[in-house]
Amino acid sequence: MARKAAYSGTELLICLVARLMENRKMAFIGTGVPMLAAALAKKHHAPGLMAVFEFGGTDPALDALPLNVGAQQTFQRGISAVGLAEVMEAAQRGFLEYGFLGAAQIDPYGNLNTTVIGDHARPKVRLAGSGGGCDIGALCWKTITLVPNHKPQKFVRKLDFMTTAGYLDGPGARERAGLPRGSGPYRVVSNLAVMDYDGETRRMRLHSLNPGVTAEQVQESTGFELAVPDKVGHNAPPDAEELRILRKEVDPHRFYI
Amino acid sequence: MGLGEGALFVRPDADGFREYIREHKPHSPVDKRMSEHEAVRRFVRPGDYVATDLYGMVRAPMSLVREVIRQGPADLSLAGQGGMDIDLLVASGLVRRIDSVYIGHEVFGLSNAYRRLAASGKVQITEWTNAAITWRFKAAAMGIPFIPSRTMLGTDTFRKSAAKSGPCPFSGQELCFLPALAVDVGLIHVHRCDRYGNAQIDGTGGLGFELSRASKKLILSTEMIVPESAIRKAPERTVIPHYLVDAVVEARYGSHPGEMCYEYAMDRPRVLEYLKAMETEEGGNAYLKKYVRGVGSHEEYLELVGGQKQMRRLERTCRGR
Repeated sequence: MARKAAYSGTELLICLVARLMENRKMAFIGTGVPMLAAALAKKHHAPGLMAVFEFGGTDPALDALPLNVGAQQTFQRGISAVGLAEVMEAAQRGFLEYGFLGAAQIDPYGNLNTTVIGDHARPKVRLAGSGGGCDIGALCWKTITLVPNHKPQKFVRKLDFMTTAGYLDGPGARERAGLPRGSGPYRVVSNLAVMDYDGETRRMRLHSLNPGVTAEQVQESTGFELAVPDKVGHNAPPDAEELRILRKEVDPHRFYI
Repeated sequence: MGLGEGALFVRPDADGFREYIREHKPHSPVDKRMSEHEAVRRFVRPGDYVATDLYGMVRAPMSLVREVIRQGPADLSLAGQGGMDIDLLVASGLVRRIDSVYIGHEVFGLSNAYRRLAASGKVQITEWTNAAITWRFKAAAMGIPFIPSRTMLGTDTFRKSAAKSGPCPFSGQELCFLPALAVDVGLIHVHRCDRYGNAQIDGTGGLGFELSRASKKLILSTEMIVPESAIRKAPERTVIPHYLVDAVVEARYGSHPGEMCYEYAMDRPRVLEYLKAMETEEGGNAYLKKYVRGVGSHEEYLELVGGQKQMRRLERTCRGR
């Protein structure tokens, strides 16, 4: 066991996600890590980042943490709170750069399952369903999937059910299906590494390793063959400034971190 | 053309909806105040299709949902988009068909009631998404039989839906066609309305705008009944005009144990108690017996969960604007 890190796994995940978000973009935000990451990004390097919640809350103060995507905190001192159709239609028109997703299963093309484990008619485990996940995967420019527990049961060769489109079955498939041109999976951020997608094959590949993690470890924890480029990057641990903002300003009561 | 293989529980019928509206909707203002008991008795029938707004534990029509379960109309269809409101209906055993969108509790976890019902095979499930169900309401609201969209394409969500796909007649672009969904009963909880049902909502509108216009019968519950003059002073604040509304039920704290923005916060211990109970079927039944079937009215329910003292506490916990 390495010496005790000066930061938690959740803090690292939040920082990795925050670093992906550029200034002056709109991001579809869910509760938990994405919201904390958006709050950190805004205070750290992207003051013009606009957080949009599925039920309409837009650009709230982000100074209190909502427990669900329609809660008061999702629009507290924000600029608008029209409703679900408003923000989904904005995404369909091309306003939403980033969309955050989670899943019970993810496959090599970034397709996601949040509907059932087992057979759809008589499932072993019925999950919540698409919610806005399938919409976000279809309509945002870049989707980022969060996996806090990277393991072979999550990263599977074949999904039990494809709730949300990634690159479907490979190059050109999204466009053929009618999904918006130029949209699709962008990154997977896990507790072990950040993954992106090969521009040619559209298959998931290792992008950069989290501190103390090896490429072999990531491959062992992935249920399909992960493409590994010649040069694999290394993700810097959270720096002092990121941690200060996170602990003092974003989540001072430590509800999440 | 691509075809979803899921069951279509409500066939789009734009002319039928027009005729229903002409015949049955209250076109001029009438006083629609009534008890929850009367509203549900008059407007919710066995076999009806029921939908709710908003979501999760936020501005959900909990008092109306509890009354529906008390009266127990069987064989219901359900727009499965929500948290505790939908979860309670699922647990009640009254639901046979679900247009499934999201049934769960977000950070609080999955719905055990839904998990049990789906595993039993005693319910027909057709898959949709948040945008899809809202746009299906929107199509009904527009008086058209379907609406094209760019969501769901290429997925199993589409395959297990009742949507169709095909080319746009103008551009050739492949599209997902969503069938209009006009429901029998819409249940919406609002911040305030007058006796006719002219309603204002604070905070996000959720999908209330679309659902209110896609409901054959619309029951509003409201935190407060205000005079008509208050509505006429700010007509631009009316999200749901009275001609959409069939019943107005005064229900202060009607979203309990969920929150009502700017009014009261979520009653967290009560929510956790509920989730704990729902872990098993027996626990769920005991909860339904104690908090739903075992009480006569919303007022009795409020007494059971701590009365005015507890409600004041939740008001104090809620952040203002």
